[in-house]
Amino acid sequence: MATVILPRSLIALFPAAEHRATVPGSTVGEVIDGLDARWPGIRDRLCQPGPAIREHINLFVDGQPAGIDASVSDASVVHVIPAVAGG
Amino acid sequence: MADDVRLLIGTRKGAFIVQGNRNGGGWQVDGPTCEGWPIHDIAVEPESGALFAGGGSPWYGATVFRSDDQGTTWSQSSDGLTYGDDAEAPKIATVWNVGFGHGAVFAGVEPAGLFRSDDGGKTWSHVSGLRDHPSRAQWQPGAGGLILHSIVSDPDDARRMWVGISAVGTFATEDGGATWETRNQGVRADFVPGPPPEFGQCVHKLTMAGGESGRLYQQNHCGVYRTDDDGRTWQEITAGLPSQFGFPMAAHPRDPQTVWTIPLNGDDRGRFMPDGSAGVWRTRDGGATWVRSGDGLPQENAFVGVLREAMAVDSLDPVGVYFGTSTGQLYGSADEGATWSLIADNLPSIWSVEATTAKG
Repeated sequence: MATVILPRSLIALFPAAEHRATVPGSTVGEVIDGLDARWPGIRDRLCQPGPAIREHINLFVDGQPAGIDASVSDASVVHVIPAVAGG
Repeated sequence: MADDVRLLIGTRKGAFIVQGNRNGGGWQVDGPTCEGWPIHDIAVEPESGALFAGGGSPWYGATVFRSDDQGTTWSQSSDGLTYGDDAEAPKIATVWNVGFGHGAVFAGVEPAGLFRSDDGGKTWSHVSGLRDHPSRAQWQPGAGGLILHSIVSDPDDARRMWVGISAVGTFATEDGGATWETRNQGVRADFVPGPPPEFGQCVHKLTMAGGESGRLYQQNHCGVYRTDDDGRTWQEITAGLPSQFGFPMAAHPRDPQTVWTIPLNGDDRGRFMPDGSAGVWRTRDGGATWVRSGDGLPQENAFVGVLREAMAVDSLDPVGVYFGTSTGQLYGSADEGATWSLIADNLPSIWSVEATTAKG
């Protein structure tokens, strides 16, 4: 399962969420679904209609910018980072 | 104590809870809550006492927060607050207003639409009848966006409600939201040529008068109005006010003849207190005459504005009136607006004020 690093501002909305979580999925979308299964509603905070990753959320897989269809492996590290353009 | 009040403040940087005695002061400011999100509206559900705060984060989108412990802790959900998952579907930017009616919670959003929750905000469903109105293709955004910012439910009939959409106008339903009709007759739209249109008026705030379900008041971009026939016709009551332009309006909880408004100097003149002198205007005769009060408010160099949800009344006798400015000052009156005092300063830009008493 991939390792997902979640930002403080997102964890604050889901107190049970973990800063570093292991989540199943072979794509970013599946990983987000996995996060949502554990912490219902978190998908709504990360995704917009399309579906797509929200405009001001940057998501990286193994250090590379990634969209919702990007591939994820069991060894992947996925970073969720609010964009500096937001806020 | 009898005059203890709790003020719920929505700001650009989260929600605040301000508690104190409206005569004795001792105001305590707690916050920011809601994780510092921009909060357009914060309100108390009358039946449950739960607090609801609607807003939108540029990172995480629109949501409605809920607190069951007077604002100490919050949860949030936007489950179902969507126009669909299709890539072409409009993206909901933020929640502009929360309203209540007969056990339901309502959310007004941007781009304009109405959602309802029948489970206390856990899940939401789109009241699609409004956006199905034949005028929809011609809706144009105002300066603040295409926003549904006012939600008024008929306290006596769950099927009836009114909503206000900036630069589109007032709509009403009498069948629980399945169908809607425009209710703008008599309201000016000076920014379009020709006679007033059926829709396109820039309503800024709708509020229901106390004591009667048929009377509504409206602060519009182009004047202040009153209706005594459920919005089918509006009578202009701007005469006597220093400006036709303003945002907030608050109605006396029991007297249908009394309402407060804060005129601002004009849509193209800065949108701040006329002449930089802060004043709140009150009518006690349904808008036939108006009286200004600035006692206790800054009378010079007060180039501040007050937004549509940033004024509120409590339910005490005499009624307390409160408003928050765009520059973070919170003022209150314990004598129905005759005199004022500063409750809090240096808050973030205040977008919403709600007043509750110790008993709710």
